Amino acid sequence: MDKKALFQQVKRALVIAKKDIRIYYLKGPVVIFGILFPLFLFLSFAVGRNLGIEFMMPGFLGMVLFFTATAISPAVAPMETQLKTLERLMSCPVTLPTIILGDVLASFAFGIVISLIPLMVGLGLGISIYQPVVLGLGMILAAFCFSALGLLFSVAPTSNTSTIMMLSSMVKFPVVFISGIFIPLTNLPDWGKAIAFISPLTYFTDLARHCLQTSGHLPVWVDLGALLTFAAVFLILALKLHQKTMPRRV
Amino acid sequence: MLKPRPAANNAIEVTNLTKYYNGNIAVDGISFAVTKGSFFGFLGPNGAGKTTTVRMLTGVIQPNKGKALLSGLPAGSIEAKQISGVVPEMANPYIDISAWHNLMLMAELYGMPGNMAKERAGYWLHEMGLFPRKDNLVKEYSKGMKQRLILCMALLPDPQILFLDEPTSGLDVQSSRLIKDILRSLNAKGKTIFLTTHDMDEANQLCDYVAIINKGSLVAVDAPEKLKATTDSRHSVEVSFGNPIELDSLEKLAGVREVKKQGDKYRLYTNNSGQLAISLAKYSESNGLTLVSLNTLIPSLEDAFVALTDKEETDNG
Ligand SMILES: Nc1ncnc2c1ncn2[C@@H]1O[C@H](COP(=O)(O)OP(=O)(O)OP(=O)(O)O)[C@@H](O)[C@H]1O
Ligand SMILES: [Mg+2]
Repeated sequence: MDKKALFQQVKRALVIAKKDIRIYYLKGPVVIFGILFPLFLFLSFAVGRNLGIEFMMPGFLGMVLFFTATAISPAVAPMETQLKTLERLMSCPVTLPTIILGDVLASFAFGIVISLIPLMVGLGLGISIYQPVVLGLGMILAAFCFSALGLLFSVAPTSNTSTIMMLSSMVKFPVVFISGIFIPLTNLPDWGKAIAFISPLTYFTDLARHCLQTSGHLPVWVDLGALLTFAAVFLILALKLHQKTMPRRV
Repeated sequence: MLKPRPAANNAIEVTNLTKYYNGNIAVDGISFAVTKGSFFGFLGPNGAGKTTTVRMLTGVIQPNKGKALLSGLPAGSIEAKQISGVVPEMANPYIDISAWHNLMLMAELYGMPGNMAKERAGYWLHEMGLFPRKDNLVKEYSKGMKQRLILCMALLPDPQILFLDEPTSGLDVQSSRLIKDILRSLNAKGKTIFLTTHDMDEANQLCDYVAIINKGSLVAVDAPEKLKATTDSRHSVEVSFGNPIELDSLEKLAGVREVKKQGDKYRLYTNNSGQLAISLAKYSESNGLTLVSLNTLIPSLEDAFVALTDKEETDNG
């Protein structure tokens, strides 16, 4: 594909992202759930312990980003299958990767925007961002990474949204508990660390601790590198697998 | 059957197009060409492979073998999709946004400039009688309104080739007439139209050429009138009497090949319908029957279709 055609497809991916946001994301319950759910989950852990906002913020931020970027993205493909809107989209002058990239971008934007809310609240409550550029970069990589993971949950060409959501929850909850959110990496035993390293969320949480708490465990470049690697692998897998299964959805 | 034409003049060119689903053949190496500006009907019984063919032509699925070109461009390529408009068999607009937003989405996906998109969207919404409801969520639309919107969406980018998979199925007379009128005028303006339908009347009224597909293979490609002419064994006379009669006695009349009771009428198949009409009049007179109606019928496209797809037994049985 030449440069002009590539640019055109990226532009159309943005059109698809805009459509996703308008139709699937901009709904009161979705937005509220995106914030409230991680908040309650986090509070249920934090209540009764004497934890400072500085300690809680990185984990909370990681959780919000993780849950929002994986909240709706797995549901888009099965919903479009069930509502029979996908065939229309596939017959438009867009490639399958364009459609998938569009879905990832919508989820990415949603994850970033919603995550800014707790960050603002945190700033209001007196936390400081020691490395804003690194945090920004980390959020971007993580949002991409989690969005692509969300897309990976829906590769099976089914129209059954609830099955896909159940499957994604089955993966998402354990991930939250192994990612150094409630107990920082530094305090984990070796086996705990070994498990934590398989979760991409670990690296974002660790990076956020560097930036908001100056107490990360891994070097910053390792966190960023790991997020980039996970993001690339998830994105490529999501593109490849969806490309295979999408024609079976019509 | 298939007239070879210079390729440059072909809007659609299909060579040995083949599609399997789980080892079962859905489309079995079909080849045909559609000249630019023609109105092409694609007919066939349920499960014959029509939708599968349309999906391969519109780039929704990939063929297992063979190829298809749209104005010389490989089907499924961005360039080919850019010049096609599609009304899929079972497709919905997005129901949680308005008709207007559905159209603007289409415009952006085809890369249309904003002003042109708005102008054309307004034009087609007017034509389809949807303009006053353009800002309603599609959720609130009836089935017929949704189908008209889908057609608006297909027409918005001003496609050179229009693919329609049963666009009028399940619509009322007004809606399907409206759609047929629009298709006719588009065709008159030079658009190539590829129409899948079960409605033989519709195909007969609209199409320059029809292809008939059965069990994945093409059984005929020709002008409707020529197809009818090849079905000459289907000439018939339809008769209805005011009194009950024996079916046997009709079968004994000279030149009758077959008799079928159809409601309050009898249909007698023959090679010479004029002669049979005279015999029937005589028969009714000599038996003291009242003749309610008597019509000689030439084969319809439906007759040709049925003959070509071997379904006469199941249809009237
Ligand atoms: N997604 C699919 N998976 C498996 N088999 C399929 C699929 N789509 C179609 N088929 C099979 O392919 C054959 C052709 O189907 P197709 O939908 O093309 O028929 P059609 O001519 O459009 O029929 P109809 O008039 O009922 O719309 C059928 O035997 C059908 O069962
Ligand atoms: Mg069909």
